[in-house]
Amino acid sequence: MQALKPSRLPARSGVGFKPEHFDAIIEAVQPLGFFEIHAENYMGKGGPPHARLSRLRQDYALSIHGVGLSIGSPEPLDEIHLDRLKALCDRYEPESFSEHLAWSSHEGTYYNDLLPLPYTEETLDRVVEHVDRVQERLGRRMLLENPATYLLFEESTIEETEFLALIARRTGCGLLLDVNNVFVSATNHRLDPAAYLDRFPLAAVGEIHLGGHAETTDDLGAPLLIDSHDRAVKDPVWALFETVIARRGPLPSLVEWDNDVPAWPVLLREAEAAETILSARYTPDAA
Amino acid sequence: MSRKPSATQSIGRFAAAVVGAPETVPPGLGAWNGGSVERRFGVYRNNVREGLIGALASRFPVTEKLVGRAFFSALAEAFLLSHPPRSPVLMEWGDALPAFIETFEPAATVPYLADVARLEAARSHAYHAADAAPVQPETLAALDSERLALVRLVSHPALAILRSPYPVLTIWERNTGDSEPAPLELGGGEDMLVTRPQMRVELRPLPPGAARFFEALEEGQSIGWAAEAAHAETPLFDLTLAFTLMIQSGAFSAVAEET
Repeated sequence: MQALKPSRLPARSGVGFKPEHFDAIIEAVQPLGFFEIHAENYMGKGGPPHARLSRLRQDYALSIHGVGLSIGSPEPLDEIHLDRLKALCDRYEPESFSEHLAWSSHEGTYYNDLLPLPYTEETLDRVVEHVDRVQERLGRRMLLENPATYLLFEESTIEETEFLALIARRTGCGLLLDVNNVFVSATNHRLDPAAYLDRFPLAAVGEIHLGGHAETTDDLGAPLLIDSHDRAVKDPVWALFETVIARRGPLPSLVEWDNDVPAWPVLLREAEAAETILSARYTPDAA
Repeated sequence: MSRKPSATQSIGRFAAAVVGAPETVPPGLGAWNGGSVERRFGVYRNNVREGLIGALASRFPVTEKLVGRAFFSALAEAFLLSHPPRSPVLMEWGDALPAFIETFEPAATVPYLADVARLEAARSHAYHAADAAPVQPETLAALDSERLALVRLVSHPALAILRSPYPVLTIWERNTGDSEPAPLELGGGEDMLVTRPQMRVELRPLPPGAARFFEALEEGQSIGWAAEAAHAETPLFDLTLAFTLMIQSGAFSAVAEET
């Protein structure tokens, strides 16, 4: 068996790349460890998207983050899409590839959202098969991200943290811990986010995501948070991030801001806030 | 006797409901407080709907601007129900929108809308097309006129030629950017050329007969043959002008190998 390429982003802060920031980014050396892109936005043959990405790639580590593979689907993986991901990874040789514990396609229709799945023995086996297949096809150890969810499946029999731990153990994949998703889901299901983190298999984490969320309420007036990526990271999410970094030491940490994208200096300040928390934990060896 | 639903069934029901009528919430879902999950399910429904409408709007910004946000959303929603994306690569979704607009009754009062959408689809294809260097003027300048007439060209991957009975390029230009939609006085039809010689998509109006000239070249006909076809279409065809446009626009990437 061929050895899988490990995920090897620097343990620094990064941001999700937005084309409108390109000119500002290349003007100077940015104090960032890496950029992350959504794989599906770079599946055209050529043109400005690839020109910009190739330019960024000269100076920065790269994380390719898929949003459309539908790993959590009970249906077989889309091999054509897996071929596209393989081609993209071959073209840019990213330091990391990650995807989501979610489904986004069903019976041939693509829904363009990260939709939830029940956590059962049946779905566990299926996700494990899918992660195995992705890692085999890409020749890489992938990271799988915990979702933000808004409701629960009555048929679920396994806790999300246990589900992720079992996937990581059975496939050898790493995990992408989105601490905003932890806060959003914990609030939405009235769980203690700190307790969720206590149960989370932190040893498998290869990257952190930070992002902003919106606040609304459910049918009974209970808080309902939405993983909107359209504003600054909120204080309780920063607090969870500090907890994780205190336990695990510095990890590659990404700020996501995908909607109502701010000016570059605003996004950079968010990344610098993450870097401040990371650098407090740098040891002479790790720095 | 009840059988536990398999994940395939519960995800199938979820998928159907997430694009279904607003009041439909699939069974088997719950909230910690035991309340109705309508608003919670509505978050997914809204994400799917807004995400897909937004994806279309980003490919068809002038189409959206011409009819306004609300009208475009209704159009996009009808389109996504009948032509949902079949792939996660959304930059390729919506090529069927122009033809759909022609069948969309409420758009009948905006007869040029479908052709504006065709132009925007061509722009989007050109933007993402494979990179290729345009054929260099010297390559053709080196040939005498007899040889030149026999030359066939290889289309640049970004090339598109559009013809419309409406002044679609003028409409597009007046409504692009952040300005308010400009008032329209409908003139005659326009032919136009879409190219991307380097990293910028370029749009050009085509003079009479030039569309036929470019179409023939795109089909692999020789320059001489294409010029004759264009002359046959209209005596107004100006070969020198068309030839200059051909070079300036970067519509072709190479001289085809002689066979």
